[in-house]
Order: sequence, then structure tokens, then C-alpha cells
Amino acid sequence: MSLRLDALALSVPTSGWAKRLHLDVPLLLMIAALSAIGLVALYSASGEMYYVQRQAARLGIGFVALLVLAQLDPRTIRFWSLPVYVVGLVFVIMVLFVGTGAMGATRWLGIRGVFMFQPAEIMKLGAPAMLAWYLTRRELPPNLWQVIVCLVMCLIPAFLVVQQPDLGTALLIIASGLFVVFLAGMSWWYIGGGLLLAVAAFPALWLLVLREYQKQRILTLFDPEKDPLGSGWNIIQSQTAIGSGGWEGKGYLMGTQSQLNFLPESHTDFIVAVMGEEFGFIGLVVLLCLYLAIAARGLIIAINGRDTFGRLLAGGLTLTFFVYVFVNVGMVSGILPVVGVPLPLISYGGTSVVTLLAAFGIIMSVATHKKL
Amino acid sequence: MSIERFQDYAREQVLVFRRTLLAFSLIALLCVLLAARLFYLQVVTHDVHVARSNNNRISLQALPPNRGLIYDSQGRLLAENLPNHRLSLVLERVIDLDATLEQLTDLVDLSEDDIQRFHQQRQRPRRPFSPVPLKNGLNEEEIARLATNRYFLDGVEVEANLMRSYPHGEIFAHALGYVGRINSAERRSLDNRLYVGTEYVGKSGVERFYEEALLGKPGSQTVEINARGQILRVLDQTLPEPGADLQLYLDIDLQKATYDAFDGRRGGAVAIDLETGGIVAMVSSPSFDANQFVVGFNSADYAAMQSDIDLPFLNRATRGQYAPASTIKPFLGFAGLEVGSTSWDQRIEDPGFFQLPNDDRIFYDWTWRIRPEGRGAKIGMAQAIQESSNTFFYHMAYNTRLEGLHDMLDQFGLGRITTADVHNPARGINPTREWKRERHGYSWYAGDTVNLGIGQGFMLTTPMQMAIATAVMGRHGEWFTPRLLKDSSDDSLLEALPEPPPDVALSNPNHWQRMEEALVGVVHGPRGTARSLAQGIDYQIVGKTGTAQVFSIENFEDHDSDEVDERMRDHAWFVGYAPRDNPRIAVAVLVENGASGGRVAGPIARRMFDQYLLEAPLAQSGGQQ
Repeated sequence: MSLRLDALALSVPTSGWAKRLHLDVPLLLMIAALSAIGLVALYSASGEMYYVQRQAARLGIGFVALLVLAQLDPRTIRFWSLPVYVVGLVFVIMVLFVGTGAMGATRWLGIRGVFMFQPAEIMKLGAPAMLAWYLTRRELPPNLWQVIVCLVMCLIPAFLVVQQPDLGTALLIIASGLFVVFLAGMSWWYIGGGLLLAVAAFPALWLLVLREYQKQRILTLFDPEKDPLGSGWNIIQSQTAIGSGGWEGKGYLMGTQSQLNFLPESHTDFIVAVMGEEFGFIGLVVLLCLYLAIAARGLIIAINGRDTFGRLLAGGLTLTFFVYVFVNVGMVSGILPVVGVPLPLISYGGTSVVTLLAAFGIIMSVATHKKL
Repeated sequence: MSIERFQDYAREQVLVFRRTLLAFSLIALLCVLLAARLFYLQVVTHDVHVARSNNNRISLQALPPNRGLIYDSQGRLLAENLPNHRLSLVLERVIDLDATLEQLTDLVDLSEDDIQRFHQQRQRPRRPFSPVPLKNGLNEEEIARLATNRYFLDGVEVEANLMRSYPHGEIFAHALGYVGRINSAERRSLDNRLYVGTEYVGKSGVERFYEEALLGKPGSQTVEINARGQILRVLDQTLPEPGADLQLYLDIDLQKATYDAFDGRRGGAVAIDLETGGIVAMVSSPSFDANQFVVGFNSADYAAMQSDIDLPFLNRATRGQYAPASTIKPFLGFAGLEVGSTSWDQRIEDPGFFQLPNDDRIFYDWTWRIRPEGRGAKIGMAQAIQESSNTFFYHMAYNTRLEGLHDMLDQFGLGRITTADVHNPARGINPTREWKRERHGYSWYAGDTVNLGIGQGFMLTTPMQMAIATAVMGRHGEWFTPRLLKDSSDDSLLEALPEPPPDVALSNPNHWQRMEEALVGVVHGPRGTARSLAQGIDYQIVGKTGTAQVFSIENFEDHDSDEVDERMRDHAWFVGYAPRDNPRIAVAVLVENGASGGRVAGPIARRMFDQYLLEAPLAQSGGQQ
């Protein structure tokens, strides 16, 4: 079978500096455009320059992380996969004992006011890298034993992160791992079997793992009007915001839902509702297209990766990026339960921005280190 | 690389390629799903959501608490909250701003200032749809006119709120402080949950120190509102808790008499009730109208006041630091007596100057001129206090050495903050050897100790500190907690007041009486430096004058203070307590560039004593009759 893989390489004339800095220009431009849109939307959602400045500073840190990781050879990244995973795991365990918390969740490690980070974020990169490393030590596709080992390797950190509690991040860690196994060619039998198992395990999950407020969120999805001033409030208000935007939206800074404080969390997880209200259907479709284009570019890079490790990792990270989008927009528009997942590169919030841009750094490393 | 291995590799590549394509198809599908959902919300059911958004009626609103009231020691209001109707504009709803403003000028009385301030506020960053105030204090007629024309005035709102008001804005501006609009830096540092719906925060003085207690706790209400933001129905309500009311020791009559006595001169004065230790007067002159900060200063006025060379915003009573000059002598006298470097019986010869051994420098003293015997008289401590002889204290300070002086001054609270609830007081300087080395890089010289002996050189004190030290002396060493707060509806504030510092214990308690005797002579003695105060008085004042050098004049044989430029003149001090037999009040008065403690600061102190001791408060005299 001779497939012309090069046909998808979309050879872009690369200028000298981009090559020297190991940057993929189309991807970089799209990420930068997205970040800019994010800052504009954030001003409207928060109403204060303060948030915009802080977010811009975090984006700056994120782009530095991107730049640094892009310089590494994928072989170096492969070499560090296991140590990073192990250290990340230790940190996640430490959070449970010596972590610092905010608003009922303990997610932070470090010294308050000096340097703080969320170890769970490390696992978003560490888990897929670990799995890609593990799977590429043997021949693909993985056998049943390998698949089980992989599942265990992403369920352990996910389980620990759920304890913080941070369901959104745990789901993203599991998703990133599953994508790597999927791309590695896991047998369809296993996939089918796994899905059946998941459906069968749901009642147990419901009874044993999910907390009361998480169950409430799932129930709310099906009947938000049941408790319109309580758990249904967010979802009703965000749908009203998006729906009242219509085709063209109410105009920048003119969204009554967002600006009159009907919309809670409008600058963090629910920011897409502000955009939907102010920029309308057209605006959101443009946004979705941009996300899809970024994902497409990431997958093209993955296909053209030099080795299987790079391909699996770049592909897995790109797909995880898209999961953010889908889960966030899905929850705000009312087709998924409310899970704390930010809209990538747009929602206000430091750590996710840095992790996402670091992931793009790894993807760029895969994109620009081609010659054997 | 073997062929076999290469084939495996190619096979793997194809496998991953297929899976990636598959994954891409999947996410494209999910994207379509999201787009479909959005299409459903934004296009298909658009009308439903628009209707819902327009009728979006359930809104959670904050109910700001009423700020606590502040009373003087007799229960008269010092800070209150007055109902206010405010005209403001929601710019996002105004169609043509210029036209609207023009319409409004016909309906209400808008001054140039109002409009200018409005434009300033409009430029500042703010949340969209938040009202920008245009005019405070609408009267009934204006409200009625606005209500009639409501439908032609999109975006125009009249809000009812409470506004802080200071009935004695000028004379209490420094003591009480003021509230002002929360600025963006404060907005970030304050607890948003407590300040939701509150626009003002205490910026200085009592308003700042007791901010937490005065603020109260906000409530909230769930209300039904229409699309214009008007409340139709209250669904659920948690009432706010009003802030704690405060009663201060400050006395309006005494404060006013003191402020008036300054007659616009620069300076500060503090009075302390000796029985309780409460601060009954705290005046800084010149002053400003604290109400201006609530309403919002006209920016030109504010700039003018800020650049005013008289510094009206400076609280001279607590932040002004001055050399204590001769007012320090009684305290230094105690130091000498305790260390044993002098006694009440010791006499020294006063040749009109003092000279350190092996040093050319001469410390002059002109006190001999007022003595009939002229130069070379033999003087003791009591006389030195009454005439304010420098030579005696040069000698005594030199013999007592710095440590002895410093320790005694420290016991009287100088160079320290001893007030319980005064906002941001200055610490002053009670110098030590280490302090000088650190601050100036030089070691302490014997000449520095000599200078300290007359309260000059490195020593700095505030009128507040001098009043407290004088009060401690008036209580014969028994300390108290200097404070403003007399009573509060919140008991925890009273419990939070700190314990007083340890008492000043002299080895011979007789020293207190002897010093008192000497100080009575300052006012009532034949050669006392403040003998003019004794005219027509029927109680005895225990006091001390001071004249602090603003610039060095020690090397001029003669200087006429009238000819020195007004701002180069010496600062005038008077400290004292009265009446002698049953002391009730201690005061410290400083007049910047007042030149003479006895002639300028003394009369202000006399006015304060008279007010406090003679003009009994109405409430009490009424009770006695």
C-alpha cells in the first residue's frame, strides 16, 4: 500500500527565522489570532482592563514555554517522558496532603504568593507522553495487556485529581491518554468492549464516585427549569445569552445578559456565552472554524512526524485540545453537563493557558524536527 | 535498518495515519454537532431567547449596609448619612449624549463643575451599563420634573442613596478623616463580598481606622426587574447589617474653640482627658472641608489645595514632627534626677553659655538677660524650668548621658506610637547611638547629647506625643491607653483596645510634686516664660513653653524674630495640664513659625483650658440646676 503522505504536508514557504526557532508558521499565526480574540472577548466579559492585562501576561509566559519546548528534539521529549510522568504523579499525590486550596478545592502546590502551580496540569502533558513512550517501545498495534497498562497509567493520575476535586482536569487526562492509545491502533474490539464496559460501569460510577453536586449538574442538563434560580441558573442564563445573540449578535460590549451580570462566571468557563451574545452565530461559527483549523494543522503535523512517538504525542495533544473546545462549548450551550473545562486560550485562567501553549510547543517540536 | 523492521515501520505509519484521519473526521463531526446546537439556539429558537433576555427579570442585587454613625463625647453627631437623590446616566442606553445633557440642563440645575466632573468620570474605566453620576442632591422639584419627562430621557436614572455627611467638616477633617469613592486599586485589595454595592471607603482618620466596624455587612435581594432595570417585585431578601456606631472622646466645643484659636495659623493641638486618657481634641490647622471628598472635589480646587504651601491635608497633630525644644525639659529633668546627675538642690553657675571640655564649640543661652543679677547667677532646676534656662540643661544632659535621657523619654512614649486607634500616626524620633549611625553614618557626639538637652538636634515629636507625655506627667507617671473611642454599639471594639504601657515609676515620688511646683511657676511665677497666661485666671496651669529653632541661629549674637522671614521663624510650643489641684486635661499646642511659645502657643492652650474647665457642657450644667 503506497500512500502519498507528503500530499498532506501543506508545504508552506518557511522563512529563515521561523525555521531557526523551530516554529510552524500557520499554527503559530492561528494560535496568536485566537489569543487576540480571547483578550478582546475577555475585556467585554470582565469589564476590566485588569483581567486583560493579567491574561496577556500569562499568555506571554505560555508563549515562552512554547518557544522553549519547540527547541527540544522529540527524542529528548521521549527520553524525559517517564521521569516527568513519575515526578508529576508524586506532585499530584503531594497536593492531597500539603496542597493549598481555594473555594473548596485543593489544587495548588508551592509557596503562596511566591510560586504556585497545579500539578494536575503537568499530568495533562505527562500522561500522553508516558503512554506514547510506553507504546512505542513495542510494535504497534498494542495488545490487550498493553492497553490495560495504558488505561491504568492514565486512570491513576485521573483518580488522584478527582480527589482534589477537579473532575474537568481528570477527564482531560483520561481523554489525552485514550487518544494516544486510539491513534496507536488499538483494536476496534477493545474499543467496542471498552464502551460497553463504560456503559455498564456508569451506575457504579454514579453511586460511588460522583459527588452530589456533580450528579446535580448532570440532572440539570436534562431539566434546567426544575431549579431555575439554583443549579439551573447558569445553564438557562448562558443559553439565553447565546440564543438572544441571533445571527449577528448584539454588538461588542452591548450584550445585556453579559453586561448586566445575569451571566455568572462570564469571564472564565462561560465566556463563549458572552461571545455568542455579542458576536452571534456567525461569530461563533468563525470561532469554531478557527479551532477546527488549528486541530487540522496539529493532526497534519502529527501525520508527518518523524517517528511514531512524535506522531502519537502530537496527535494525542491536538485531539485533547479539541476536547476542551467541545466540552466547553457543549456545556455552555447545554448539550453536556457543567464540568470545569475552560475554553482554550480564551477563558480567563492562568494554568490552562500555559499548559495549552506548552502542548503546542511539543507539537511544533514534532513539526520542525524532521530529518533523521 | 533491516527490511523487516522497515516494513513494520511503514505499517505503523499507515496505521497511525488512518487512525488520525478517522479522528479528524470525528472532530469535524463534533464541530458540526456544536454548530447545529448553536444554530438551534441562535437562529431557530432565537425569538424565544430574545424574549427571555428582554424579560430577564430575576436579578440578584446587593443591598449595601448603612455606615455606622460617629458621635462626639456628648452624643452629638460628627458623621451621619443623609438621604440623597442622584442623577446619573447609563451611557450605553443614551442615544445622543450632548442632546440628553442639554435636555437635562433645562430640567435640573447643572453647574459647570457637575458637567466637568461627569466627563472626567465618564473617561475612567468602568463596567459597561454602570451608571455615571451627574449630580448629587436633587431636590423634590427636580425629581418630579425628571419623572414627568422619563420617557424622553433614555438612559437617565435617578437613584436614592445615603451620603456621608460631616456637620463639622472643617474642624474635624483631620481627626475624623473622611470617606471617598473607592478607587480602582482599592477595589482590587478590598474584599469584594463586603463592598458589593458600596461606593465609599474610609480614607483617613477615624473613618479609616474603624473602617471594618463602620462598614457593616451587605445584604442581598433577588428581585424581578424589567428590561430598563426597574425593580418590579422583591422575591427574596437578606437585610444588610448596619455598621457599628462609634462615640468618640472628641468634644465639639473644645475642638471648635481650639480650631478657632488657631485663627488660620499653621499648627496642631491635642488635648487629653486626664481621668480617662481619651483624646478630647485633635486639631490641625489649616484644614479643609471633609464633605468635599464625599461629593467629589472639583479638580482645580483639589490641585490648588494639594500644592498649597500651607499643606492643609497634613494632619499636624499626629503627622507633623517637630523638635520639642524646651517642652522636653521637665522629662529630661526626671532623667537627670533618676540617673543622679542632678538634684533639686544642685546649683550651677550660668555664664551665658556652655562649652564641652576640650571643644571650641560654644552653646549660647540668653536667659541671663532677664535676670536682675545678669550673667553668672547660680541657678537650680526649678528656676531653670521656669526661665527655661538652657545652660542648666546643657550641663545636666551632658552629665546624664544619652542613654539616661533616651530611656526616660521612651518611658513617656516619645519616639514610640502609644495611641490605640489614631490612624497612621508619626513615630517621631527619640535618638540612640545606633539610630544615628544607621541614619546618618556618624557616631553620636557629646555635642549631640548637649543639643538634646534643650530638645533640639535629632529629637522629633508630634503634638500628639507631647500631649500624651504631658498627660502621663499630670497623672504622676500612671499610664493610660490614649484613644479616641469612648463607646460603641460593637463591644468588641472596646475590648480590642490595647493595655496601657507600664507606668513611669520614679525612685522618689516627691519628684512629681517638685516638678509640678516648678512648672506652675512657668505660668504663675514672676519670671515664668508664660506668665502672661495667668491674667484673669482662677485656676492654676502646670505648663512649659518651647521655641523650636527652624534654622540654626546659635552663632548670631542678636536676632530679631520679626525681621526673620515668616517661614524661617521658630516654631512655638506650649504643653501643660490643669487645674493643678485636680488635673482634668492635658494639652500640647504647636504653632509653626509662631516664634514664641509663651506669646503664641500659650494663649491657644489657655483658650482650650478655659473651654474645658469653665464652660461646662450644656447637658451637665442643665443636670446640676
